[in-house]
Amino acid sequence: MKGSTLAGTLPETKRESKRKWSRIARNWQLYLLILPVVAYYILFHYVPMYGIQIAFKDFIATKGITGSPWVGTEHFERFFHSYFFWRLIKNTLGLGLYSLAVGFPIPIILALLMNEAKSAKFKKFVQTVTYAPHFLSTVVVVGMMMIFLSPRYGMVNHLITMFGGHPINFMAEPGWFKSLYVFSDVWQTMGWSSIIYLAALAGIDNQLHEAARVDGAGRLRRIWHINLPGIRPTIIILLILNIGSIMGIGFEKVLLMQNNLNMETSDIISTYVYRAGIQGAEYSFSAAIGLFNSVINFILLISVNWVTKRMSDTSLW
Amino acid sequence: MLLESRGDRVFNALIYLILGLVTIIVLYPLVFVFSASISDPQTVLRGEMLLWPKGINLNSYAKIFQNKDILSGFSNTLLYTSVGTLINLGMTIIAAYPLSRKDFVGRNWFMGLFVFTMFFGGGLIPTYLLIKDLGMLNSFWVMIIPNAVSIWNIIIMRTFFQQSIPYELQEAATIDGCSNIQILNRIILPLSMPIIAVMILFYAVGHWNAFFNALLYLSDKDKFPLQLILREILIQGQTSDMVKMSTESAIKQQREVEGIKYAVLVVANIPVLILYPFLQRYFVKGVMIGAIKG
Repeated sequence: MKGSTLAGTLPETKRESKRKWSRIARNWQLYLLILPVVAYYILFHYVPMYGIQIAFKDFIATKGITGSPWVGTEHFERFFHSYFFWRLIKNTLGLGLYSLAVGFPIPIILALLMNEAKSAKFKKFVQTVTYAPHFLSTVVVVGMMMIFLSPRYGMVNHLITMFGGHPINFMAEPGWFKSLYVFSDVWQTMGWSSIIYLAALAGIDNQLHEAARVDGAGRLRRIWHINLPGIRPTIIILLILNIGSIMGIGFEKVLLMQNNLNMETSDIISTYVYRAGIQGAEYSFSAAIGLFNSVINFILLISVNWVTKRMSDTSLW
Repeated sequence: MLLESRGDRVFNALIYLILGLVTIIVLYPLVFVFSASISDPQTVLRGEMLLWPKGINLNSYAKIFQNKDILSGFSNTLLYTSVGTLINLGMTIIAAYPLSRKDFVGRNWFMGLFVFTMFFGGGLIPTYLLIKDLGMLNSFWVMIIPNAVSIWNIIIMRTFFQQSIPYELQEAATIDGCSNIQILNRIILPLSMPIIAVMILFYAVGHWNAFFNALLYLSDKDKFPLQLILREILIQGQTSDMVKMSTESAIKQQREVEGIKYAVLVVANIPVLILYPFLQRYFVKGVMIGAIKG
């Protein structure tokens, strides 16, 4: 019996692999098509991963990545003991968590509200307006902020003085930096981020609402017991993605908002890597800091994914 | 329909109130910038202009169109955007089409190769050194090749191919003797115009707004895209070129500078402003397809 089943499976797998190869041969054009994209990913994404090793080396331009001498974890130790270390960690994590805490729930609330608005025309108008800032560039948004918040000419300070207050030099105060960053981001992205939730809400079976209404559930109750659970998988996926990028928080925008006066709170790991690495040409040292950052980020992503998989069966992979 | 209770009506009113407020908060700065750009700078700086333009004055625009940095930035950006978007689109299609096919052996493997880069990368410095070794520093192509394709958009397009074009259609074409390339050209692409429009929009906006690669890799001012010029004017306050010609007083110069900033903001977003109403229905569709995820 045993022998016969074995004999039965062997040719089967053989046939299968033969079929696989014939399928590959038949679709050779598809492999040719995807080849440039594979080449692109290998060259521009995997080769830099290979280049990470300079974090453990003393990079000398003339010797190249492979030829430079190994120094072990010297650069990491220098970073951990540097004056900047705790400041950078505190700022990076602080900014990341602050934007997550404020920026994550707002689009969900916005989508729930828009979903409840009965007038299609009004809804459409709100959407058209709230999506628009998504298309502005970071430079433009930071530029607008600086104009509006300018201590002498900005309209915000005009308002403050109108009500008898003293003008505030927002962009130069370290204490204002994080809030300005987070709330300008909310302004720019809340509409756009709500699209996904709106799509998920549209997919909820209307019969659930009908049934709940018959049972006497009010609107708040139905939002709480039907709409929110209905979009839970979407919320979790986006939460994982957001947490996975806490350490990679908006580098471009921080760099643009940064100046010597607010450095105390605006200096984050990625801007430090830029300053030390590109401007200061300390390639190995800043590659080490960059690696430290990506590893923490990656670990965060994997652990959140693991936790949510355990708790709710929803995960990225 | 069940009758609305009083609580429901209060609830409705509250929703409209909150949404109305949100809309005003988002809209106000945008309208303000536009109004300020065509107003007399003096009234704007004094805080007299609150919503509608006051003392119409187009001098700031005139100043912009005499500025050679802005003009060259504008035309560079147009070039980067058109060439870049074309390449993006081609790369996305040739990746998404094979990945959408059930009979494409190894598609999970390819997908994994691409998706992994979303979560882990070499980082700024190794990438910079690569670009340097490739001799791409300060070249036209550095604005295009390093961002040749985006994995998000590949996923969106692949999902569209899978869900909106029946697989049977492709099978039938194969039986009729179509090669894979012919299927792509004659069947898939003609049926994919909505998603192609979405891709063009996403990629073009990305190129239009890109500034970081330029900051890192470009050193010649005549290659700078508009966003880098904007950064100089808006954030670093380098507007001296534009006003130094006038022999006016310092206060008047300052006024001109502020006026120019508003006008520059408007000019930088004109293409998006013009296209926005036409493209809106497409991009919402695009995000939704992306959200479903295969």
